[in-house]
Amino acid sequence: MDYQNTLTTCTYCGCGCTLFLESIDGKLTGTIPCKTGPVNEGKLCIKGWNVHEFVQSDKRLKKPLLRKDGELVEVSWEEALDFTATRLKEIKEKNGSDAVGFCASAKVTNEENYLMQKFARAGIGTNSVDHCARL
Amino acid sequence: MIDQVKQKINELLSAGSVKGVVALAHANSHVTPCLFQKDDDLSVLSLGDNKSDGDARYPLNKVLIKIARQYPDDAFGILVRGCDERGLYGLYRLKQLDPEKVVTIGISCPQSLAVQCECKKPWPDDMTAGEISDGVEQKQVQDAEGKDQSQRFTYWTDQFLKCVKCYGCRDICPMCFCHECSLECEDLVSKGDLPVDIPVFHLTRAMHMADRCIDCGLCDEACPSDIPLRVLYKKTAQIMNTEFGFTSGIDKNETSPLSLMGPSPEKPEK
Repeated sequence: MDYQNTLTTCTYCGCGCTLFLESIDGKLTGTIPCKTGPVNEGKLCIKGWNVHEFVQSDKRLKKPLLRKDGELVEVSWEEALDFTATRLKEIKEKNGSDAVGFCASAKVTNEENYLMQKFARAGIGTNSVDHCARL
Repeated sequence: MIDQVKQKINELLSAGSVKGVVALAHANSHVTPCLFQKDDDLSVLSLGDNKSDGDARYPLNKVLIKIARQYPDDAFGILVRGCDERGLYGLYRLKQLDPEKVVTIGISCPQSLAVQCECKKPWPDDMTAGEISDGVEQKQVQDAEGKDQSQRFTYWTDQFLKCVKCYGCRDICPMCFCHECSLECEDLVSKGDLPVDIPVFHLTRAMHMADRCIDCGLCDEACPSDIPLRVLYKKTAQIMNTEFGFTSGIDKNETSPLSLMGPSPEKPEK
């Protein structure tokens, strides 16, 4: 019998609400907002309240999908990254750096967002960097 | 007080009379719901007080329901305040927990918390530690009643207007256990849409809580919009008391007038 509440931070937006992921015998059973968390003081929005659901969801993507002949097909990370790099290069060479835009995310860390904008500016050569919150 | 609680938990676990004890613990600089089992370190035990009395309370009954559903044959201990014990009585009545498989470790609330909660009974019947504080009059309900109808209508409309439809009031509620919730019924509350301007599902919920709400106040504390839900449920509970002489969780062997079939129960004598 193993009941755990794992302290973590909500992945949905940049607010960084503190919450517990509740699990029984290794399986997530719920989300509990942390009362002593200074950011949210025991409150959450509807996304935060359901943050445990996507982790074990059957609909969760576990492998990259690539559209082949109009259909999304599961491929390896190697193939997905190769394809993305090749197409980014082609688009940049054919239409210029500003033909490419980048969308950052609140679901990743500051460091990852920093790397992404650095790649956009220094790697591709565009200032077209935006954020998922504006989508 | 905490030493007496630790002692009782230790006794229960050592004797093997319970499989585990649902309580609170200090971990990672926070207070967290926890299941203590035999030989676990009890020095981390918390009674739910962080910066002020009872400011780190959690719906432990809800935790117990989840664990008991997975382990229906085992008995568990649970740390309870007055409201939690009322909740257990309600949950026994509603067949969500088996009283034979629950052992309570009761603590009273200090007067300061009783005043803040305007709690009528800030102590459990079965008390392990603490001293009985005085019950407190429900002044907020009286204040709300003091307004005339149009003022009240405007007041509550303004309050419901603030709702962000997080359903936190339901999710935190230790008395909400239904597998199917009317708040998720497509015909009543459409999914994927923004909340309507004035979500009236709070009134639907207030009706559902009429014979359930045990006035723990966790919904109030979980509301990001500071809607005074507790006042609403206190008022609903008051109507139940006036009309049927029923108060949720006061009597261990209670029966709700809302679940009786047959002729209407007689009104209590005033």
